[in-house]
Amino acid sequence: MIRAENIVKKFKSGDSEIIAVNDVSFEVKTGEFVSITGRSGSGKSTLMYQMSLLDYPTSGDVYIDDKRVTNLSSEDRTRIRLEQLGYIFQDYALIPELSAIENTMIPLLMQGLTKKEAELRAKESLDRIGLGDRLDNLPSQLSGGQQQRVSIARAIAHKPKIVFADEPTANLDSETSEIVLKNFLELNREGQTIIMVTHEAEYAALTDRVITLSDGSIVEDIYNKHK
Amino acid sequence: MERTKRRISTLATSLSVGWFLALRQVRRSSIATTVLIIFVMILTFLNLVVVRGILVGLIEGSTDVYKTAYAGDILITSLPKKDSIENSPDILSTVRSLPWTESMTYRFVSGGSIEANYKTKLRETDAPNSAVGSIVGINPVIENEATNLRSYIIEGEYLDLNDSDSILLGANFLRKYLDIEAPGLSLLEDVEVGDTVRVQIGENTKEFLLKGILQSKADQVDFRMFVLDTTLRSMSGKTDFNVNEISVFLKPGTDPEIVKSAILKTGAGDFARVQTWEESLPKFLLDIKNTFGLLGNVVGSIGLIAASITIFIIIFVNAITRRKFIGILKGIGIDSMAVEFSYVLQAFFYALIGIGIGLLILYGFLVPFIAENPIKFPFSDGILVAEIPNTMTRAGILMIATVIAGYIPARIVVKQNTLDAILGRK
Repeated sequence: MIRAENIVKKFKSGDSEIIAVNDVSFEVKTGEFVSITGRSGSGKSTLMYQMSLLDYPTSGDVYIDDKRVTNLSSEDRTRIRLEQLGYIFQDYALIPELSAIENTMIPLLMQGLTKKEAELRAKESLDRIGLGDRLDNLPSQLSGGQQQRVSIARAIAHKPKIVFADEPTANLDSETSEIVLKNFLELNREGQTIIMVTHEAEYAALTDRVITLSDGSIVEDIYNKHK
Repeated sequence: MERTKRRISTLATSLSVGWFLALRQVRRSSIATTVLIIFVMILTFLNLVVVRGILVGLIEGSTDVYKTAYAGDILITSLPKKDSIENSPDILSTVRSLPWTESMTYRFVSGGSIEANYKTKLRETDAPNSAVGSIVGINPVIENEATNLRSYIIEGEYLDLNDSDSILLGANFLRKYLDIEAPGLSLLEDVEVGDTVRVQIGENTKEFLLKGILQSKADQVDFRMFVLDTTLRSMSGKTDFNVNEISVFLKPGTDPEIVKSAILKTGAGDFARVQTWEESLPKFLLDIKNTFGLLGNVVGSIGLIAASITIFIIIFVNAITRRKFIGILKGIGIDSMAVEFSYVLQAFFYALIGIGIGLLILYGFLVPFIAENPIKFPFSDGILVAEIPNTMTRAGILMIATVIAGYIPARIVVKQNTLDAILGRK
């Protein structure tokens, strides 16, 4: 499904160079729920940005369905992000002027769906994560957990191949975090491929596979037995 | 081919998504900010139109009164080096018979002097209280039908057909109305309606009763003395009926050029100078009109630049503060063009509403109000000139400038690195 090959990401900091991701290679198969974990500064988010086409690696390649995507034009990468990938950010990343349903509709409209079709699909998506009664609420009228679930609904509404989640529970209390995690597990059970960055071991333990990074390199890649 | 098709499809979708975003951003943005931006747009639009309109209107007021109180639509005067319009009765008869003529008047004009308070002068060597100028002989009924001269009386009364011993004086002959000192300019002092004045034309002198004082803010009225045509003819020893000026007023909507051509075709051009009222305007008025128009354009252009910068700053600040959300939109696959288009549409909306309200204020209030209450200037009653084509051109220019000023900052912010924008990195 998605494969990282020898990904390296370096940053310049004054005269020195920081290697955030150091020669990382792994593959995620369709339907897998993978967590990338590690301590703060281990490079887990940076790795996710490279794989999710939000950033360009210094070297190495990313393949989606065996197609190299790192060398594509900005326009084509945007197209892939729109059609094949879904994103959930730590701080929900909702557009404040748009209601829950409008936030969810945006990628669908960009895909060329009519307003009616987009509304229907967005509503289905919000219903799926239990926010069918909050369609017209603006982000400011929703709790943190509800906002993150709108963000999940937006990420899955267009039925992406892979959903990327960057520390989706970092800003949530434990009760709300569990609800969000439950949403992820349900989606995964329905076949959704998910790559989640988290520093919380207990949530990583709920996923199929845990990739642990340290200083930009994979130090552990284990499959959880509960699956 | 496939790529072009996809681009066209992306463009159409981007426009639609841009519209979706813009509509909601405008609807749900802070009311105070929206009101402020629209207020700036209204002021900018009015600055663009009204400043020029008043500058031009100052002169327009002056030229309007020149036309209505003196020249009419067509002014026929004597040829250079000729004392009067030869063959005047025929020309008058021709003009009167034209289908476009609504009214007309004729005037005999002669140079002369006027003296007041000569009976109370203590010594013969005392400087006379006198002034020199044009003395105009009119038929008061015909003149009033054409120019409504009676309406310019500010003191006393208008002439009637029996007033062969009465005179009307333009206000600019009197120091109390024109208190200026200039070499060679002598003005009458302490003269009131009802006083007796002495008028001299050539060797002939005649006493008149000062019956009224006229003020129109057109020199052709305010710097002239008016007596009956019969009186002037007898004073100047004129035995023919050749007049000096014929003012022709046309029916509304008639093009003066057409009538001028028709008059010239009759051969009147051999005996008189036939001009449209605009051609007959004194050159200094035309020069001032052009200069004020230019000044108005300069002020308007500065206003336009200031407005563009203001809109640029507003949209730029708006886009910068929303940089993160722009990054998120790009991150989830929304085309840059859709985001840019949403900002352009917002700028367009602000411009449209601002200009719309500006137009309402302009044509619903300012133009009629200033027409009713002209701005009083010493040389004219200033009106607000806002011709619709000119106003629409300026509105269009402001709209284009606003849209460009909205696009550039959006483009700058949209071009920034997506991840940096999402993470709030510099």
